[in-house]
Amino acid sequence: MNNWVVLPIVMPIISGMIMVVFKNNIRLHRFLSLLTLGLIGIVSVLLLGQIETGGIQTLYLGGWQAPFGITLVADMFAVLLVLVGATVTFCCLCYAFSSIGNDRERHYFYALCLFLIAGVNGSFLTGDIFNLFVCFEVMLVASYVLISIGGTRIQLRESFKYILINMLSSTLFLVAIAYLYSLMGTLNLAHLSVRVADVGQGGVIAAVALLFLIVFSIKAGLFLFFWLPGSYGAAPTAIAAIFASLLTKVGIYAIIRLFSLVFYHEPAFTHLFIGVLAGVTMVLGAMGAVAYWDIKRIITYNVVVGIGFILAGFASFTLVGVRGSMYYLLHDMIIKALIILLGGTIIHLTGTGRLRDMSGLIRLYPQLGWMFFIAAFSLAGVPPLSGFPGKVFITAGTFEADYFWLGGIGLFTSLLVLYSIMKIFMSVFWGYTNLATDNEKGTAKGLLPSMAFLTVLTIALGLGVEGIHSYIDLAVEGVLNPQAYIGAVLGSGGY
Amino acid sequence: MSIVVGILFAIGTYLILSKIFLRIILGTSIIGHGANLLLLTMGGLKKGGPPLRDLQELSFTDALPQALLLTAIVINFATTALFLVLSYRAYKVLGTDDVGELRGYPDE
Repeated sequence: MNNWVVLPIVMPIISGMIMVVFKNNIRLHRFLSLLTLGLIGIVSVLLLGQIETGGIQTLYLGGWQAPFGITLVADMFAVLLVLVGATVTFCCLCYAFSSIGNDRERHYFYALCLFLIAGVNGSFLTGDIFNLFVCFEVMLVASYVLISIGGTRIQLRESFKYILINMLSSTLFLVAIAYLYSLMGTLNLAHLSVRVADVGQGGVIAAVALLFLIVFSIKAGLFLFFWLPGSYGAAPTAIAAIFASLLTKVGIYAIIRLFSLVFYHEPAFTHLFIGVLAGVTMVLGAMGAVAYWDIKRIITYNVVVGIGFILAGFASFTLVGVRGSMYYLLHDMIIKALIILLGGTIIHLTGTGRLRDMSGLIRLYPQLGWMFFIAAFSLAGVPPLSGFPGKVFITAGTFEADYFWLGGIGLFTSLLVLYSIMKIFMSVFWGYTNLATDNEKGTAKGLLPSMAFLTVLTIALGLGVEGIHSYIDLAVEGVLNPQAYIGAVLGSGGY
Repeated sequence: MSIVVGILFAIGTYLILSKIFLRIILGTSIIGHGANLLLLTMGGLKKGGPPLRDLQELSFTDALPQALLLTAIVINFATTALFLVLSYRAYKVLGTDDVGELRGYPDE
């Protein structure tokens, strides 16, 4: 029992409600949202220390023992994601201060962001699959409003599709839960793991596992990503950055958690299937990124490639591959937020998203250009930056599992990603400056610090790999060895 | 019960595949009801007393599916309401309730 575990979920809800009450005090909203995210960061750092020394931390809500009540479980994997998620959201909100506009701010933008964070943290920390569904819904309802807030034409058009696709996948989630409950008679993840291990992962359970995979694939954008480029492109920059760095990662987290803790008995079938989907996702995403000449499109297709790459490492299901997935997941949360913020800033400055209409920005905004350069190299996995360790480990993992085709696709799409991003860099920053200082569409003032912080973070994560190595290894151990999770939740007695 | 669930899913799928906003929303709502009913059916339709400790019943019903169902209904209700409001706004701003016209424009 550890009451700290519930804080990352409760704190944003409480301060979000305070904001709803004091509707017109925008300064309070800004201060409170940053304070809450900072506190979540501090709590998760403390939890990291506790997990390192005392093992997985659990909390039985309402004092009900494990398989009967709802359990919150904080293992290394989940808490690392909570920490990085809070950090990234902190930067995105700083960016939003000077970009999101007064209208959206007054219509509960910050409160909605905090509700979104509550849902995301809840999904990371819960140990109960129905609770996972509820937290998903909390997150999604907040995201429905965030994507349509402001009500421009393109937003309304895309949010209709976004809501429809997510409502359908939520219904499928419910159906999968219903089947699982009728088969196993429990919804606690640890308890499910024990029972599935007892009866074996036969035909019906494998079918249910695939139903879950479909649900989470829609949410994560694994193969079923057709909704992603449109809806992420429609949202304002700061919101799109939060979505790309958090929402898809929650789906990935759910896939990794479920297929490492519960449905891990038939890796030759389920994990190979995930691997095939990941490979197809990477290829299609890279094709989209190469084909378009529009900043928003290129970047959102890069989000898709990242999703495939993370799950390629997990699909190999080897120690090295999963370790690579962990590194790359953390890296991807930071870099996708950064690259979307950078792309949004360029569009904000030039007033257009088309690459052919702009050039020579480096003369006017050298800092922006260099940050974009670093971000592009980090995205492609060039050594001193944070993308490198993840890429190496994932590739090694796929080779180790004899999935040479998967590692090959990963490396090849990395090249295409680098090409697509350098395409932006060269046409935007090189060449003659055709943007005179007096006809700029906006100013970069106030936008740079948050992006600079994320850039520093991606460099630091690359150089300081040794520092986080022990934490990552604990997370990998937790994913590959479900017994520790089960023991922490159900106690040594078991049921 | 399973047959009813199947019929609800069939109707819902048909409605979602149509092109009008309102029909699509009704479709999601009906599919949601189908899922709720499935949840109840899958929990096992048992006869028995309420699961309270003081009652001296021999057989108890399983309370969990009902608790899940209640949560799912509330969520479904809230998202449907939000969806309706949003589609009304979209209809006013975009001037159409045909999904076929929701494709992007070349100038965007």
